[in-house]
Amino acid sequence: MSVIVFAETSDNQYKKSSLEAVSYGKEVATKLGSKVVAVSIGNAGNPESLGNYGADEVVTLHDAAFAQFSPEAYAAAFASVCKAHSGSVIIISNTYSGKSIAGRVAVLLGAGMASNVVDYPEIGDQFLVKRGVFSGKAFAYVGLNAPVKLLAITPNSVEIKQHAGTAAVSAFAADGIAASKTTIKETNRITGKIPLTEAEIVVSAGRGMKGPENWVMIEDLANAIGAATACSKPVSDMHWRPHSEHVGQTGITIKPNLYIAIGISGAIQHLAGVSSSKVIVVINKDPEAPFFKAADYGIVGDAFDVLPKLIQAAKSATAQ
Amino acid sequence: MKVLVCMSVVPDTTTKITFNNNNTEFNTAGVQFIMNPYDELALTKALDIADPVGGTVTILHVGLADAEPAIRKALSMGATDAVRINAAATDAQFVAEQVASYAKDKGFDFILTGRESIDYNGGAVCGLLGAMLDIPSINVITQLEVSGNTATIERDIDGGRETVSSSLPFVASAQKDLCEPRIPNMRGIMAARTKPLAVVEPISVTNHSSYQRFELPQPKQGVRMISADAPEELINLLRNEAKVIN
Repeated sequence: MSVIVFAETSDNQYKKSSLEAVSYGKEVATKLGSKVVAVSIGNAGNPESLGNYGADEVVTLHDAAFAQFSPEAYAAAFASVCKAHSGSVIIISNTYSGKSIAGRVAVLLGAGMASNVVDYPEIGDQFLVKRGVFSGKAFAYVGLNAPVKLLAITPNSVEIKQHAGTAAVSAFAADGIAASKTTIKETNRITGKIPLTEAEIVVSAGRGMKGPENWVMIEDLANAIGAATACSKPVSDMHWRPHSEHVGQTGITIKPNLYIAIGISGAIQHLAGVSSSKVIVVINKDPEAPFFKAADYGIVGDAFDVLPKLIQAAKSATAQ
Repeated sequence: MKVLVCMSVVPDTTTKITFNNNNTEFNTAGVQFIMNPYDELALTKALDIADPVGGTVTILHVGLADAEPAIRKALSMGATDAVRINAAATDAQFVAEQVASYAKDKGFDFILTGRESIDYNGGAVCGLLGAMLDIPSINVITQLEVSGNTATIERDIDGGRETVSSSLPFVASAQKDLCEPRIPNMRGIMAARTKPLAVVEPISVTNHSSYQRFELPQPKQGVRMISADAPEELINLLRNEAKVIN
């Protein structure tokens, strides 16, 4: 019996969400009295470092088949490690890559699956997990009753915990992985920007900014406080900003520590996507904007007056 | 060309979510149900590809009879025919088992789903179907072109985009940029009334999960207002009180 964690990488580095997943796995393993096996597929920097976050063992898979990400090949290889190590709880990050393999792994293992998991499980008569539903408007507690449970954990849901232990690293040869029927032709990563789904701080703006040319201020503020940028649905519908920045019910759901909304009124669909944020700041010139009801801090004022002062204040604060 | 599009039926995006029976059931009173927005994109893309080559697009829904108005909407958008598997959709795995069982010997060239339903947000059916049918699964796609036996697909990845090619058949899930949803015209609406809608009984599936209860997010304690003339006070509070910036 063990808890198996998929340690996803980006540019051969473990992602922050992977460290959260390992920490999460450690918490579950402690409750179950079992060990944590982290699985590292492809060429990752230093697998033994996962011991610092709670992994007891790290299994690495190096094979030409894993040079590029393929949901089929990665899921098959990961599932074979889960079987070899008698995995009873399987942890994957609820990222695009994680979700690409999660369903496949669940089928290969006959596991009960829950995605969008936002907290540690309650383990008693049942194995109960809390997951986000209705695009952030509510949570559900789901009992998983299959012997093997697979959880896809939303980034920023749990804290990364440091552990003193060291992890034993071993290589695993996955046999019988069929050649992938998909080939990656081209990858375009937005470099130098924090991926929105993993960002701890997000600066978001809406129609109140009047036009895409005014996003310079949004980016200045984001840079000053180390934030990712986001936008409301109308803004992405008008192509002022790419759809990948649209947060809300039909965009992406995020849960950063800090969400700053500028010139966004706070329609129910938008609130759905951001209401799990720990702290919400709303800046809007309309004192009746519904978003203020969901905010922790608010400023009633014109974005074009407030933002330059705010950027200045943020810059001088970080310069201290 | 034969294409299968899976659709779910979800509460309208403006719905205020509440629960009944000690928070164990979603309160559907007064709720307007619609075709899942991402599934509209999947259907539109399937039609854009199949129509010019005289192909067919079958729309498939796992659910009860009350979904039929939404299924008719999909038919009015242009789907050739519809199938409803007559069972309440209890979780993603149940739905995927039903779809896989229906699709496995029908020879579909590809299958599209939405990237997730906006009610249960599982985002799981695409991957589950891929493994159940042993075909490639490509999540959150923003472009799709099919030429002969190969598809060229653009998908969202964490922090970027990627172009992949895949052999047919495959299953893919639709993300927002894939296309603009098709709006049914009057001719489509009239035609939809007489298009075939088959009702198929479900296969028996062991449920791996059960929803126990629901919870609404904790309401905020109340907003603290800061003067527009002193935004530095906001930075100060975020640093020293909320401790969310450095």
